[in-house]
Amino acid sequence: MASVRSAVSVKITPPVSAPTGREPQAPLVMRMTVSKVNFYYGLKQVLFDINLNIASNKVTSLIGPSGCGKSTLLRTLNRMHETVHSSRLEGDILIDNQNILAQDVTALRRRVGMVFQRPNPFPKSIFDNVAYGLRINGFKGALSDAVEKSLRHAALWEEVKDQLHKSAYELSGGQQQRLCIARGLAVEPEVLLLDEPCSALDPISTAKIEELLVQLKDLCTIVIVTHNMQQAARVSDFTAFLLTGQLIEFSPTPQLFTTPSDPRTEAYITGRFG
Amino acid sequence: MSNRLSWRKFVSHFMLTMTGLCALVAVSVLFFILGYLVYHGGTSISWDFFTKLPAPVGETGGGMANAIVGSAKLLLLACLLGVPIGFFGAIYLAEFSGGSIAFVVRYAADLLNGVPSIVIGIFAYSLVVLPFKHFSTLAGGFALGLMMIPITLRSTEEFLRAVPRALREGAMALGASQWKTIASVVVPAAYRGILTAVLLAFARVAGETAPLLFTALGNRFWSPGWNQPTASLPVMIFTYAISPYDDWHRQAWAAGLVLLGLILITNIVARVILSRGISVPRT
Amino acid sequence: MERHFERDLNDLKERLLWMGSLAERAVHQAVHSVLDSDEQLANRVLAEEDAINELQIEVDDRVVQLLALHQLMAIDLRFVLAVSRINNDLERIGDQGVNIAQGSLRILRHPRVKPYVDLPRMSELVEEMVRNALNAVVRRDVELAQKVLASDDQVDNFRDQIFRELLTYMMGDSSVVFPAFELILVAKNLERIGDHATNIAEDVIYIVQGQDVRHPTVDRR
Repeated sequence: MASVRSAVSVKITPPVSAPTGREPQAPLVMRMTVSKVNFYYGLKQVLFDINLNIASNKVTSLIGPSGCGKSTLLRTLNRMHETVHSSRLEGDILIDNQNILAQDVTALRRRVGMVFQRPNPFPKSIFDNVAYGLRINGFKGALSDAVEKSLRHAALWEEVKDQLHKSAYELSGGQQQRLCIARGLAVEPEVLLLDEPCSALDPISTAKIEELLVQLKDLCTIVIVTHNMQQAARVSDFTAFLLTGQLIEFSPTPQLFTTPSDPRTEAYITGRFG
Repeated sequence: MSNRLSWRKFVSHFMLTMTGLCALVAVSVLFFILGYLVYHGGTSISWDFFTKLPAPVGETGGGMANAIVGSAKLLLLACLLGVPIGFFGAIYLAEFSGGSIAFVVRYAADLLNGVPSIVIGIFAYSLVVLPFKHFSTLAGGFALGLMMIPITLRSTEEFLRAVPRALREGAMALGASQWKTIASVVVPAAYRGILTAVLLAFARVAGETAPLLFTALGNRFWSPGWNQPTASLPVMIFTYAISPYDDWHRQAWAAGLVLLGLILITNIVARVILSRGISVPRT
Repeated sequence: MERHFERDLNDLKERLLWMGSLAERAVHQAVHSVLDSDEQLANRVLAEEDAINELQIEVDDRVVQLLALHQLMAIDLRFVLAVSRINNDLERIGDQGVNIAQGSLRILRHPRVKPYVDLPRMSELVEEMVRNALNAVVRRDVELAQKVLASDDQVDNFRDQIFRELLTYMMGDSSVVFPAFELILVAKNLERIGDHATNIAEDVIYIVQGQDVRHPTVDRR
């Protein structure tokens, strides 16, 4: 449509169409697939028949009330559940169509990284923290370049570039968490898992990390567990709602938050329970 | 009403005062001993004391150079035996703390800790002295080492356990194997505590006398190598104290002062290291 | 710090303004189809109606999404709510344009009743109001919005005048009743467009100052 010969002082041209989320999207590549997963701690079953696809280079969030199993599910994605002896996993979890249970676990964890709820930097310098993953995996290139790259990706470089030798513990909570993100990014994972990464942080730090996650999509696939559903609404492309170990609904985020298909989802997001 | 109140206040103050007094008594014993040693042995501390061999029986003068060197060798051996075993054992316990083997190990270590030191001495005697057919520095070091093991092990285990699980998970999530995690994250995080544990164990065995009585025995001269009986400060104190010679008594006091001084300094250093808190980074 | 939802807010604004320019064009073409007796212009208005309606649905969709996904506060919240209202006003302006165009086609079947004097002046004023209202949205200009509000009375006066004049014509000559009546309707439509422009101006004041200036006679406590 030609631009209108009107006297509106701003020249109006038809806007470039950005998707509203309701239009059909380009076909998605699935980075990870969770298939018929049941999970037990000892005799107690905590996840029931979970089937889920994690789309590549998108942010997928897992929401639900406390104890619904979202953190448990997240931890299966990089086999961190194995640190608890009584845990038992049934079903398949695939990354790029290879079963993660068949791979060497340390190799898997290089591809699927994790950031935890409370920042947990090592008692080493900022530089050594970021370089840790590179060093233990036998990185051969220029360490300081790689460290700088990671810190830039985590939006922390400008704040710490002159203090790389300082202890990581001298940073604020929000900076420590971004350091942990940089540490995770240093090994260039395909997937980054975040378990309630902002729950220990103040609102400004939270906002910075949320903006960071939206940008990090280009680098890797992101899966985030959050008990704050507004955060899931702000940040994610796909949202999965879990309740007492079951996957109730999994939809594109705009759809789940405007017209959820399951009444339990609606009850949760409108705050009527949980 | 106010009578009851003032009675309760009185009782409260009285009891607190009593606790203060008891604490004071406990502390003052240490200072009393120290003072006693300084008074009686202070005069005998001289350059000779540290450099000369004991004089022949009956003569005055001489020193305890061989005992000091002997104690040093014994403690070195003890550390070589006790520290690695205690350290790696502690790592095992800290990482596999759930299993039944771990329970047994822990219990055994606690029991070993309670074995009377003279019994340890007898054990070392039959294991090292008899087969080699001498008393030796080796046997003495072995006995002391055995005593160091449970102390080092349990303390180190506590400090390793105190490293937050979050740090371990952080390392594992980056693809570190269990051993890599321990070596590169957990141990560095706990290094102050581990150092403290070792120093405290050292201080503890430095003053043990009974196990040395029939392992290292004693020696009025230098003890070359590791296979000869050797003098040590605690045993010298014992020998000199029960002797009839005044000069020897004075030297015994001096030795006691030196020994106590060594132990105190070690303890203080250990506490200072621990109080510094979380390890600072090294680039 | 730039937040990612600001892109969505800008998208929304762009779409609204595009809709506004289409509505403006509809009014302009519809009115001139009457003034210039141009059948083509009238048909063009009718053909372009769908575009405006589609945009209304799209804008509403985006409003719902923005409100659900982002916890908008203060000016962002007022803006999105006001967009929702402006959306409706723009769609109605489009509808009125269509009504005028349809009326124009009917008028064309008859000879002209009289030379158009007041109608062009009224239509120019109304077009100016619409234009100013949209500019006020773009620039968040409260003064411009006030100017639009002030013109409303003048528009009403024009309508009354045209009404009286055409009534006289109809009473004098019964053959001109059909076209004259259609012209009265056109004037009515133009007056309604002016009202919608006024609504938009009130929304601009709401966005900028947080004040709801509708219905000044209502007691606000």
